[in-house]
Amino acid sequence: MARNTARPLSPHLTIWRWGPHMLVSILHRGTGMALSIGGLFLLTWFLLALSGSAQSWETFTGFLGWKLGPVPLILLGLVALTWSFFQHALSGVRHLVMDVGAGFELRTNKTMAYMTMIGSVLLTALFWAVLLGKGA
Amino acid sequence: MTGPKQMGKHDRSAVADGKTALGRVRGLGSAGHGGEHWIKERVSSAALLLLGTWFLVSLLLLPDLQPATLKAWLASPLGFVPMALFTYLSFEHSLEGVKVIVDDYQGDEGGRMTWHFVSLFLHVGAGALALYALARIAFGA
Repeated sequence: MARNTARPLSPHLTIWRWGPHMLVSILHRGTGMALSIGGLFLLTWFLLALSGSAQSWETFTGFLGWKLGPVPLILLGLVALTWSFFQHALSGVRHLVMDVGAGFELRTNKTMAYMTMIGSVLLTALFWAVLLGKGA
Repeated sequence: MTGPKQMGKHDRSAVADGKTALGRVRGLGSAGHGGEHWIKERVSSAALLLLGTWFLVSLLLLPDLQPATLKAWLASPLGFVPMALFTYLSFEHSLEGVKVIVDDYQGDEGGRMTWHFVSLFLHVGAGALALYALARIAFGA
């Protein structure tokens, strides 16, 4: 199945003016990939470590607390992952709304796009405030 | 005239034969699967919206995050069942999503096949491992 490489390509990211709807679409894919790789990796390790010995749980929590100098890099990664979850969930809801044919009007669409981003940041902040407030 | 009919504000998915766009593709495709992948991705997304929220809220509501507490939670019926569904559907939804990414960005057919293959094996392998670990937590080792 030879492909004709001389075929014209449709314009891509580089030529469009950035807008919230475009950003949300890209974020949906990016956060989806982050959750697929980082999220599922951690979920699997979490369950394996918990099902294993005390030593295996130590290794897991040791990894979560790993620091690069003074920077708790993995913990920051966890914050990024929870933000990814909220962003992906909210933009996912936006997609479900658009799947039924609603929300394509320019202003509505723009507002919904902004709301997913504001919502994801607020929910992430709320989640970590409560979690760290517990002293876990 | 073969193009789509003029679409009004509220009938974007309507087509000339009176079927919706989804109704038209159901059962089509080389394997007769039509829009099933599309539907599967959305059904699992709705379930994950509930289960993902349940998972995060549960972590916040637990008295602490010590291994004994976590184990007791996941061994209880209301911990184990949603967690098993959450784990299974996370892997399924991720597999469906990665398929779309590969199809969109990997133009070469051989490359697409390779990535689909790698993704399928990783998802099934890691998913099975995760479910095994959960079962071990719940049913003892």
